Formats: sequence, structure tokens, C-alpha cells
Amino acid sequence: MPGRIGVVTFPGSLDDRDARRAVRRAGGTPVALWHAEEDLHGVDAVILPGGFSYGDYLRCGAIARFAPIMRVVVDGARDGLPVLGICNGFQILCEAHLLPGALIRNVGRRFGCVDQPLIVGNAATAWTSAYTSGQRIVVPLKNGEGCYLADERVLDELEATGRVVARYAVDDEHPDPNGSARAIAGVCNPDGTVVGLMPHPEHAVEALTGPGQDGLGFFTSILGAVPGVLAGR
Amino acid sequence: MRSRVDRYSPPVVRVVVEVMPKPEILDPQGQAIARALPGLGFTGVGAVRQGKRFEMVIEATEDEALRQAAAMAETLLANPVIEDFRVHRQG
Repeated sequence: MPGRIGVVTFPGSLDDRDARRAVRRAGGTPVALWHAEEDLHGVDAVILPGGFSYGDYLRCGAIARFAPIMRVVVDGARDGLPVLGICNGFQILCEAHLLPGALIRNVGRRFGCVDQPLIVGNAATAWTSAYTSGQRIVVPLKNGEGCYLADERVLDELEATGRVVARYAVDDEHPDPNGSARAIAGVCNPDGTVVGLMPHPEHAVEALTGPGQDGLGFFTSILGAVPGVLAGR
Repeated sequence: MRSRVDRYSPPVVRVVVEVMPKPEILDPQGQAIARALPGLGFTGVGAVRQGKRFEMVIEATEDEALRQAAAMAETLLANPVIEDFRVHRQG
């Protein structure tokens, strides 16, 4: 049976359906998880999708962090359950202290929506093993609060330990999208099982509806990683 | 003379929690406001920081209400990674 990947739907989630579809296209079995249920239904990994959970009231991800499903997601993540937070999911992971730092309003204060080139910084995480370190991929980026911040000590540690999963490729054609510290687009926990990512790989899984298929690797990676990760638990 | 209802009403405290971005944290919204002010004729404004203010009515003694509000601020109302908070009694 292919890996069962749970995708949580919060009130205000937008990209849960696309994330489930990406899992299916990668060859996995998507499992819809509901925010109000304290039950992971035995999934092998969890995706927290993009959107505006609970209307982004207070701070992005601040209310979602206390949803019943997050109790089991946080406990599971501490025991090695792989979790990918995309956009709003990344914000939730930071609010839940599963990842360091925070995401604040874009420096330009504009909601940006672009096909964003990224440089993969760490291809050894549970969610990026299908890539190579230094690989350039193009994935849609769409957010208003995507400016990643952490204090200098934390940023130094993230870089020194290979926990910057992806950076924005900034060049003449592609300006800095949101002012993130050190152009960080995604980070992971020390084990590489919990990954937070601002851009949306689930929107780049087929040429018809996205800029390409560069995002599919996040979903094939986890399907390849699941047995190994489970064996290690 | 106190009525029976008054006698059994728990004390009520009005508490304020003020949340501000930490001084070293970028505040794009505050910067945008600072840049808009000169165009309105307010030319002497050096810097603007934008924060949040929460007003709550808590049924508890003052000490207990302030303690509860601080706990709320730590867990939910503020994100300690990017924000500082201050708790005080209203009025």
C-alpha cells in the first residue's frame, strides 16, 4: 500500500485539495484530516496546507496552532512523524514552535504571486531527497506574510547545520519577493523531518496547471522516505 | 445595603494587554505609516511602530486577572519570537 499522507483542512485552508492531488500524482494515498479531530488516522506523514486558517486572525497560524488536530501533529512530529507546512502551514509550524523563527508582513507590504525560482539548500530532508543540493527549481509563491525572520544566532545556526531547505533565487529578473532574512524560503527541524516552506510545490506538479513539475519532488521524496523514517521511530 | 446578587458577584477586573513588535524586528506597517505622514503635513515624525491592544474583562481578583492575562499573552496574544507585551489594569 502506498504511503498514506494526511492533509489537514482548517477553516480557511485553500490548498488542501491541491496538496491531496499532488500526493496522488506522486503515487501516494492522500488522507483528508479535519482540524477539529484529534486523530491522525494512522497516516505516515502530514501536510499542513496553504490558505488563511481561521481568517489569519491575530497572527497567521496563531489560532490554528491550538486546533485539536495540532495536538497530535505536534506530539507526532516530536516522535519523528514527517510534517510539511506550506505557506500558512509554515506559519503554523513556527507558531507551534516546531520550527524556529516567524513570518511577518512582506517588506513591500504587497501580496506577491509569482513563479519563483528557488535554490534547494538541503536535499537530505524527508521532503527534499528527490532533489540535489544547489538545484534550481521554479515553484509558485503567493503570500502576504512571507518575510521569514529569526534572530542572528538562530539564522547562523540554521545555516551552519544545513537547515535552510530552500532559498529564493534573487537576480536581475527575479527581485527579492518578501524581504526574508538571508533569502530563506524554507527551513527544517534538526532531524529534517519537519519542513516549512513558503512557496507552493503542490501548484507545480503538472505542466497544464503550473509553471512545470518542479514541485513534485517534495511529494515523491516523502513517499520514498516514509518506510525509512518509520523504521527509525 | 448590598443585594444578594451583589454579594455573590465575583470581582471583575478590566485588563489591557499591549503587544508591540520587538525593537529589532522589522515593522513594515509602521514604516508605511511613517512614510505616509509627511504627505498629510505631519513632517516631524521620526518613526512609527504599529502594535495591538487587547482589552479584557476578567472575573477574578486583580492579581489573578493580571496573572491570567500575562499567561494569555505568552501563549496566544503575542508571539515571543517577534513581539513584546505589557499587561496592566485599565483606568
